[in-house]
Amino acid sequence: MSLTNETVGQKLTEKFGEAILGEEQQFDFHIWTVKRDKIYDIIQFLYEDESLQYQFLTTLCGIHYPDNTPDKTMCIMYQLHNLPENHRIRLKVYFSENDKVMPTITPIFRTSNWMEREAFDFYGVVFKGHPNLKKILNMEEQTDFPMLKFFPLEDPTRDDKDDTMFGRKMFNA
Amino acid sequence: MGAEKINQTLPSGIKLVGSPDGIEGPGFFATSLDKVVGMARKNSIWPLPFATSCCGIEFMATMGAHYDLGRFGSERLSFSPRQADLLMVMGTIAKKMAPILRQVYEQMAEPRWVIAVGACASSGGIFDTYSVLQGIDKVIPVDVYVPGCPPRPEQIIDGVMKIQQLVESESLSRRESPEYKARLAQYGIE
Repeated sequence: MSLTNETVGQKLTEKFGEAILGEEQQFDFHIWTVKRDKIYDIIQFLYEDESLQYQFLTTLCGIHYPDNTPDKTMCIMYQLHNLPENHRIRLKVYFSENDKVMPTITPIFRTSNWMEREAFDFYGVVFKGHPNLKKILNMEEQTDFPMLKFFPLEDPTRDDKDDTMFGRKMFNA
Repeated sequence: MGAEKINQTLPSGIKLVGSPDGIEGPGFFATSLDKVVGMARKNSIWPLPFATSCCGIEFMATMGAHYDLGRFGSERLSFSPRQADLLMVMGTIAKKMAPILRQVYEQMAEPRWVIAVGACASSGGIFDTYSVLQGIDKVIPVDVYVPGCPPRPEQIIDGVMKIQQLVESESLSRRESPEYKARLAQYGIE
């Protein structure tokens, strides 16, 4: 049998019911939005279930949606791959900027260790239970999270840029 | 007052370094120690390449046979900071890299010179962003800046020749002077 978005969706609703908040299609990716406190169980189920076998974590990342309603401005996206069937899916978890906490999935995917550290480094999302949650790319002195949309793009230590010469507006002022 | 510079050209066409200004007579030649040391240093600068991106590729061309920095006495690259005279910083320096660059500079023995090759090393270049150091002169003093993105090998050679001028004319007491110590103190370097 081959996996389809329908069969995966059916299995997920069967098993988790209300924890599946919604689904959508973006290009060739089917996306399920799920509850935060069930994400670990869902990924484990997708990994272990005989007919699903999503055993490869392609990527995991943070996303910032500043225009969403306040309880949905932060997002963590998981992209899973079933290699034998060559079928890929996405899972999204939304939460508030004031409550940037996620359960870690390092016990299922060890590769998520560095990915979660990256999301922590750039978005400030704390992954509960992570074995080594510290900065991975940015310098250790940095205290803010540069991938949040309100972070000023240009380096604040630079003082030689004259806007009358560059002919642009100050978007970050 | 001084004798004319003795500029020798070998039969093969290779030019030798001329002697400094001085007083010449039968069997003797007198000049100041500064000038002799300056001449010797100028023509035996050992560069330490700190190459992090595309400017480093241009530097490889500069060291190659076509442009050949060896013509200026700099063919011996020193990959140990202890034995290097000239730190050549070529490429984007991330803020995370800044302490390492500084440590390399601190490990170099005096007298030492620094050349910032390319827009990124000089000013951060196009990478005006949170992760990139906006010019290496934020962490170490720089003697010569070479503009360009990346600069051509001719420009790098021009920068090295500017360094040669500095090296040649530097007085032997400069590194002990209060001005120089104040300059280093600005950067918090002992």
